[in-house]
Amino acid sequence: MLVPLSWLKDYVDIDVTADELEEKLFSCGFEVEEKHEVGEAISKVVVGLVKSCEPIEGTHLSLCKVDNGSEELQICCGADNVTAGKKFPLALIGATVYATAKDHKTIEGVMTIGQGKLRGYDSFGMLCSGTELGVSEDMYPGAGYNGLLVLPDDAPVGADVKPILGLDDYIFDISITANRPDCQSIFGIAREVAAVLGKEVKTPDLSYTPSGETIDFNVTVEAPDLCPRYSAHYVSDVRIKESPAWMRRRLALVGCQAISNIVDITNYVLKELGQPMHAFDFSYLKGGRINVRRAADGEKIVTLDEKEFSLTHDNLVICDGEKPVALAGIMGGLNSEILDTTSAVMFESAKFARDNIRKSSRALGQASDSSARYAKGVDEYATVMAMKRALHLIEELGCGKVSSSHFDVNTGNSVEPSKLTVSIKKVCGVLGITVPEADIKRILTGLCFEPVIDGDNLTISIPAYREDMESYQDVAEEIIRMYGYSHITPTLMPTAQVTPGGLSLAQRTSLKIKNALCAGGAYEGIHYSFFSPSDLDLLRLPADAPERFAIKLINPINIDLSLMRTTLVPQMIAAMARNQKRGTLSGRIFELGNRFFAKELPLKEYPDERETLCIGVFGDEEDFFSLKGLVENVADALDIRFAYDAKEYTFLHPGRSAAVSYDGKEIGLMGQVLYEIADELDARVPMYVAQLDIKALEGIFGKKRVFAPLPKFAIEKRDLALVMDKAITAGAVESVIKEASAYVTLVSLFDIYEGAQLPAGKKSLAYSVVFTPGDMEFTDEVINAEVDKILGALKDKYAVELRS
Amino acid sequence: MDMNELTAKLSAIKDEVLADIKDLASSKSVYEYKKGIMDPKAGKIGTLMREMGKIPNELKAEYGKAVNEIKNWAAERFDELDAKLKEAEMRARYDSEKIDVTLPAKKQVKGNLHPNTQVRNQIVDIFGSMGFEIYEGTEIETDHYNFTALNTPADHPARDMQDTFYLSPEFLLRTQTSAGQIHVMENKKPPIKIISPGKVFRSDDDATHSPMFTQMEGLVVDKGITLCDLNGMLDEFVTKIFGAGTRTRLRPSYFPFTEPSVEVDVSCFECGGKGCRLCKGTGWIEVLGAGVVNKKVLEGCGIDSDVYSGFAFGIGIERIAMLKYGINNIKMLFESDLRVLSQIDD
Repeated sequence: MLVPLSWLKDYVDIDVTADELEEKLFSCGFEVEEKHEVGEAISKVVVGLVKSCEPIEGTHLSLCKVDNGSEELQICCGADNVTAGKKFPLALIGATVYATAKDHKTIEGVMTIGQGKLRGYDSFGMLCSGTELGVSEDMYPGAGYNGLLVLPDDAPVGADVKPILGLDDYIFDISITANRPDCQSIFGIAREVAAVLGKEVKTPDLSYTPSGETIDFNVTVEAPDLCPRYSAHYVSDVRIKESPAWMRRRLALVGCQAISNIVDITNYVLKELGQPMHAFDFSYLKGGRINVRRAADGEKIVTLDEKEFSLTHDNLVICDGEKPVALAGIMGGLNSEILDTTSAVMFESAKFARDNIRKSSRALGQASDSSARYAKGVDEYATVMAMKRALHLIEELGCGKVSSSHFDVNTGNSVEPSKLTVSIKKVCGVLGITVPEADIKRILTGLCFEPVIDGDNLTISIPAYREDMESYQDVAEEIIRMYGYSHITPTLMPTAQVTPGGLSLAQRTSLKIKNALCAGGAYEGIHYSFFSPSDLDLLRLPADAPERFAIKLINPINIDLSLMRTTLVPQMIAAMARNQKRGTLSGRIFELGNRFFAKELPLKEYPDERETLCIGVFGDEEDFFSLKGLVENVADALDIRFAYDAKEYTFLHPGRSAAVSYDGKEIGLMGQVLYEIADELDARVPMYVAQLDIKALEGIFGKKRVFAPLPKFAIEKRDLALVMDKAITAGAVESVIKEASAYVTLVSLFDIYEGAQLPAGKKSLAYSVVFTPGDMEFTDEVINAEVDKILGALKDKYAVELRS
Repeated sequence: MDMNELTAKLSAIKDEVLADIKDLASSKSVYEYKKGIMDPKAGKIGTLMREMGKIPNELKAEYGKAVNEIKNWAAERFDELDAKLKEAEMRARYDSEKIDVTLPAKKQVKGNLHPNTQVRNQIVDIFGSMGFEIYEGTEIETDHYNFTALNTPADHPARDMQDTFYLSPEFLLRTQTSAGQIHVMENKKPPIKIISPGKVFRSDDDATHSPMFTQMEGLVVDKGITLCDLNGMLDEFVTKIFGAGTRTRLRPSYFPFTEPSVEVDVSCFECGGKGCRLCKGTGWIEVLGAGVVNKKVLEGCGIDSDVYSGFAFGIGIERIAMLKYGINNIKMLFESDLRVLSQIDD
């Protein structure tokens, strides 16, 4: 929120510098996001008195002698209003002012004034326009003239122009936390400033004298849930004209354009007191009434900015006897707009339910300063105060007659302070320190809480605008933010009980899996939990694939982030492709994250969040088996064995893909990504991807590791070269070998041969088989018998022969 | 054979050996020569013992002694020569095997954890050792747990602080790991000490915001817990994560579920608080939000606020990672760019 220091000074005597004030505000909870001096770009510009002024023939220039307070300077000036005997801003040599474009209006940066020469005449400075000083017509009357800015005759020659033009003012942009809507105004901030500086706050003048005139008019509220308070006041004899300079200047400082006195009063009160106000042209209110009600479905209104809206039952409207005349809290209707011809107005100061205004504003896509303010919360205290202030301003500006027709519909909420009694011990218990009673009293008095202390009991009066004050905790915060957080002394929970801490089994296991993959040369990546419908298309998944049954976001940022992911594969493929585009042509990535499966859509209960592992490897030197190596790293980390069976998937190479199972249950997949997908993503090198359902393995997390005693007798090794049909898999052969002999503890493949030395359609697999003895030393006979058992089983099952 | 003959013979052998070994140039040829001359069947010295049978009995002892003597003499000569040659050979070998030590290393394949996980692990270590359990909630939450139970009812202005992704009128993507607090407090009686790391989601997508990021919520509920305890624990935390000498500064803020609420700044670990680019000249860096748990939240979970109190804090994991490692763009953390991931192995 923008707060000019000069405006703040209306309500508090500020005797600290702008920097000190920023520091004070920061310490009590109001961060100044930006602070700037209005004329921070302007320097060395003084009041200059033009002593003489002669036209330079054949040019538009005048040659002037200008008194700068200590000497007379020769200055060439091109403005048409340069006049001897008048005072103008004089930029001395070395001064900084705004540079303007040829139109003399558009600012094009800051320039430093040097000694110049125009048409052969030396010029020792420059007389300035309002634009060159960054001063608009609203900020200083006459500044908008396309020529020199004329200073008052009584301005002291040689004095700095900044105080005269208000350029020495500061604007604070203050961030207000959501619990303090009462500080969303200049006066609200003034209350805090007064408290933190230990000063009195001066209430704006709320006085006015009702004329005694009354009108026959009626105000009703049909939707009190959305409008707890509605007040209106009739003002006659309105004369629409420009607001006075001081008001226009203030509005300009807070970024609000001056329009006309009545509209400016509503905006001024909004900025000053934080209460949105509206003024209706009374002549357009038909039927002698205002009614606040929900809109009918399909009802239409055209707002001041000439946009038409079709409304619903959820929108609140202000109506006259016939039609909506305003979109409550958001914007007035075009049909009752204040015009130059307006001669009577009805002021509105109301409290609307903040949630309703916020929702309507969002749903309709229509916002204003007023709706933004309502969405933060308005208190009824300000509603009452604002109406009085507006009526006072009518009188102060002399632009209308305040009638005695005041209307107030309310739900009976009091704007009087309420009492709260808390225990000082409890307040200090929250903080962990003892704040001296005198300090408590001083702080709470400064914040207008009128504290009364009786033993341990602290009773405060909560002003109506402090809707956030509910308990001893709130009191503790008020005290400590003024007392200073530097008083908090670190302690390490001396009263707390000892608790065991650390990772759970599942968390330790996740970490173990991750570390096992890192050891295998893979880097951990993290991808968004949501993805795109096109990601499912990329995988060529059929319409009835379970992955297609994804949970949708109602309000996604865009379609590409609109589904909760049901597979980690597409983002992994995309990551591998992206790396290639950026010049990394090989690598290993894994992600451990959730997939989301709904039991039904739309969601009625918590969905299944399945912790899932995805591994991607890419590069010319990578293959199916290097990926399989990483998958085996996972199995090793969990101390289990996976089984692999060839299986086709819509997105994987049909000859290089497999289902991964544990204990007979399919828990994942792996394989080479389709060439078509690689082409689609401009991926140059082969990509391989695996996905494992880690949650499905939860049951074996923490599997107990048992030491197997070393064999007492020597192990025996036999190499077996086996010939078989090409179609028989190594996995099948290995299983048969292991099953055939109880002594087999390790089967390792060391050679594969296909070629001329074998019959067509055959291949040879050579295994090294390790036999581990039990209680007896092996004899050749025993081993030979075991080998025969193995060969017999292989022959029976797959017609495998020993290679001769 | 008499002794004179024998002496002459042995002397001749000695001369012969001395002459022969002069020409030997490698330890291998010494070995071969030695093997040849000592061979019990064919060697000049090796066969001497076999002559014993031809020696008269009275000379046998003397003969044996002389043969042993020459054996020892020969062995000594060979050892001497062998040692000398071996030394030269090793020197030559070392010379020939000299390498350029500046050639590139043969590296093991390596990978590492995501910077977020590394930071998370560090934080978990710190709090785990202080008796905090790690509770991971769900990414999909209900409006109740994410907002209402955290003292943020439907019309609360604080809801505007967070743009929420909704999945249904009731379910949403959690906007804060604070949602986990309520589940914990509903299911566990004090003393409670948890940290709750996890992904959170907000409808913000620009240069400095990612729609998904990671938070770590901390919660302590026990008897007599105060703001001073919060401060003390955060001091411990920041010195462990950012280094000794790091100081904290609390300043007032607002969160619906804590009261008082504070923003916590740490003294800039880059410049030590003097003011630099990292801290934008202020000497302080904002790192987390915290506060004393609002009694309404405790009471909503059935915890007696007259007996128990607590504090909560929320840390942005990416923020810590970015600060610690100097990563300047949050989006980089979610792109799995190996040029990025491989740089940080803390």
